[in-house]
Amino acid sequence: MILSQIGYYSLVFVLAISILILFYCFKQLKFLNKNYYLNLINLNFLQSLLVVISFSSLIFSFLNSQFINRTVYENSHTTKPFFYKFSGTWGNHEGSLLLWILVLIIFSLLFLFTSQKKEKKYLTLTLLFQQIIILGFLIFTLVTSNPFDIIFPIPNEGLGLNPILQDPALAVHPPILYIGYVGCSIIFSSSLAALMSQSVNGNWASHIKKWAIVSWIFLTVGIMLGSIWAYYELGWGGFWFWDPVENVSLMPWLTLTALIHSLAVIEKKSQLKGWVIILSISTFVLSVAGTFLVRSGILNSIHTFANDPQRGIFILIFLFLLIFLSLVIFFKFYKQDLNLNKLTFTNDLSILINNWFMMYFLSVVLIGTIYPIFLEVINNTKISVGPPFFNKLISIFLIPFLLFMGFGASLGWLKSNFKKIYLQNVVLFFVSIITSSYLFLFIGDKGLFLSLIMGGSIYLFLATIRDLIKKNKQNLSQRISHFGFSLLVLSILFNSIFSEEHNFNLNVGDKFKLEKETIFFQNISMTNDKNFKKVEGIFLIQSNNYKDIILKPQLRIYNQPVIITSEADILSTLYSDNFIVMNKIDDSNMFNIRYQKKPLMIWIWISTIIIVLGGTLTFFKDRK
Amino acid sequence: MKKILILIIIIYPTISFSVDNNKINKITKNLRCLICQGQSIYDSQSEFANSLKKVVEDKINENMTEKQIYKFLTDKYGEWILYEPEFNKNTYFLWLFPLAIFIFGGILIFKKKT
Amino acid sequence: MSSKIKFISIFCFFIFCFFIFFLSLKDSKKYTPKALINKKIINFEMKQLESNEIITENDIFEINKITLLNIWSSWCLPCRDEHKYLTELKMNNKLNMVGINYKDKKKNAQNFLNEFGNPYKLILVDEDGKNSINFGAYGVPETFIYNSEKKLIKKIIGPIDLKSFNEIKNILK
Repeated sequence: MILSQIGYYSLVFVLAISILILFYCFKQLKFLNKNYYLNLINLNFLQSLLVVISFSSLIFSFLNSQFINRTVYENSHTTKPFFYKFSGTWGNHEGSLLLWILVLIIFSLLFLFTSQKKEKKYLTLTLLFQQIIILGFLIFTLVTSNPFDIIFPIPNEGLGLNPILQDPALAVHPPILYIGYVGCSIIFSSSLAALMSQSVNGNWASHIKKWAIVSWIFLTVGIMLGSIWAYYELGWGGFWFWDPVENVSLMPWLTLTALIHSLAVIEKKSQLKGWVIILSISTFVLSVAGTFLVRSGILNSIHTFANDPQRGIFILIFLFLLIFLSLVIFFKFYKQDLNLNKLTFTNDLSILINNWFMMYFLSVVLIGTIYPIFLEVINNTKISVGPPFFNKLISIFLIPFLLFMGFGASLGWLKSNFKKIYLQNVVLFFVSIITSSYLFLFIGDKGLFLSLIMGGSIYLFLATIRDLIKKNKQNLSQRISHFGFSLLVLSILFNSIFSEEHNFNLNVGDKFKLEKETIFFQNISMTNDKNFKKVEGIFLIQSNNYKDIILKPQLRIYNQPVIITSEADILSTLYSDNFIVMNKIDDSNMFNIRYQKKPLMIWIWISTIIIVLGGTLTFFKDRK
Repeated sequence: MKKILILIIIIYPTISFSVDNNKINKITKNLRCLICQGQSIYDSQSEFANSLKKVVEDKINENMTEKQIYKFLTDKYGEWILYEPEFNKNTYFLWLFPLAIFIFGGILIFKKKT
Repeated sequence: MSSKIKFISIFCFFIFCFFIFFLSLKDSKKYTPKALINKKIINFEMKQLESNEIITENDIFEINKITLLNIWSSWCLPCRDEHKYLTELKMNNKLNMVGINYKDKKKNAQNFLNEFGNPYKLILVDEDGKNSINFGAYGVPETFIYNSEKKLIKKIIGPIDLKSFNEIKNILK
């Protein structure tokens, strides 16, 4: 009771302070000669403190299983392990919104601290937009999704957390993703502020680039964690399903990637200003749009939160207010026309090409995600847009993209040493063509298209390695990220082309023979765990090529709520993953077994980490 | 630039990213499990999905082509069941919009260069 | 193009988007394909639950009567909820009710009927669910209503509730 009240009232105070900050921002803008900076910092600090109190009280409610709180009652259970009680705080709609607000406010404070030396008008404006966003989320939370709702009489037991969400990767996935999204909000506010205070310049670009890279790192890690979770928890053996929820996290990532590249142009040449502003705005707008699509239940997806049309309408209005606000500001303050004329044909071109392809990929993901909604309203026809659509439209453009990317990085040196670079590229190109054709001769006919795409990715791989081992330290972080990306594409390709998948039914004690391996279903055991019953199968996989492998997939029967999940067992090595998952077949003693061999699977994660590593390196370079 | 576009247009209709030789798997991966959330028939273990797998198997044994099977199913369940939307008047925009964006972007970049 | 026109057109575009999303939120999310409405019943051959006699689509209709085809199973809990409505509809002499027993065991099905009563004139067996797919069904329970010309006039996905019960009664008027 007391915890809920503390949480609720501190949140109300947070709202009051938010309004107060807005008031001081306006005052500061009106009287630029006066200084309200100290007030703003103090208020912001107080606001952070209160929101931390509010969030902590929700955490404690979860840890102590205070079922008087509706959010706790609906999403927790006394028998749940401590860690999931904790992570359950943000594993639901209300709690995750509170987390959003927490991160938003703390980031605003961080921004204030780190950019004190900036111009007063710019700073105040950024703060103003940031508080508008915070206010929007606060009102939304308090009006439609109060995490501190109280129920009487107090229930004795909670309803439990969906077991497929009880997972370490998924426990940390949302906070990391939110930090990424919220980082985008800073970019949004600051770009609008810079536009209004006429300070879109190289200085601003290098200042905001840090925020862009931080958000980008968190978004990348967040997306990767979600993907890892889907890989071993959903039990289908894939790692990317083009599910709408995945798509909405990919969209801001694409614009953010484009933004980071374009910021480099402003930094050096003070060009592409309008475009950078548009990218900054759309990155955050896409983040909020993603929140809208996921939270409103407008999509059919694996993990949409419980839908409530009122909430959907609220976020929708907020989203479009943001869009209209930024449209008005953009058209009012941006006078110049978009102009590419002054750019030089060297390094800038590769950046433009990067942006070009990013926008293409964005358009594919965006239209594929929202087109069904539009069509249903306009034409009353319901269609699905699934993996085949995305794979087709993206994979085909991957070929020129890979080639451009491999070539693009060397464009910078083009002038100085034209012949040498040209020769190098031609040599690399032929090496990759020969390697890919050899690969396909060796493995057998899988189509011209796949060999083209393979050739492209091998080319990029070689080119990035060549760039990586160059002696000069310029752009090292970019080179590492690009190398990581080429490795990612290559491992995804190998993985999707050479994966083996077998689906069969077995009794306990039976064997199943594959071409090169035998799968022996040795035994089955049943044990009770804290909040679920566990049925574990023991499988022995024998092959002439490697040592025997034992895999133990499980079926878990959770008690609260009663849900049966199947847990895959995976053996990861540097060469390939062995993945096995079993399911009980109704009315029979047989089990349905799905066994997969996925080559280079682990490299998908490793290369993503390399990409992120490249990003983090920019900060260490700056320190020196 | 032009060559790339031409190349793309030539191979565009022939691409199939799936390398699954098994026809049942290929078809069931393209079917949405209508009662599940975001799962294909192939991935799902629901009653509906299991029955549908059997039906698809029967139809393949009756020598129906992939297209005929899709037709059979969309007649009953609507286009919603297909993960890959057909190219028809409802979906022209869906399929062509990204290409238009790509061409537009290309023009923007390369026209201004020269 | 002047920037004013640009602004207005972009603005209008977003207003349009807003309304699409807004309408989509208001829409109910339940999906019923219109593809099947007014289509003639498919050809089928199914065994009868009690006698194993083969029944085809022509055998289930009666002259000048509406035919209700209900897919059910003993293991399906929502089927128990809708059973009271089916029992009440049984009284109506304009209606001809046929059950399709979905992926069930004969013994369980019989126990179910003994416990809750048998509202059907005829019960067909769909052992592996393939026939239900042919009908265009999603699972259990599901209800198809045909007019005397053997054309589908209504389809109910999920259990019959008070609302759909009243709609059925309206059809029978």
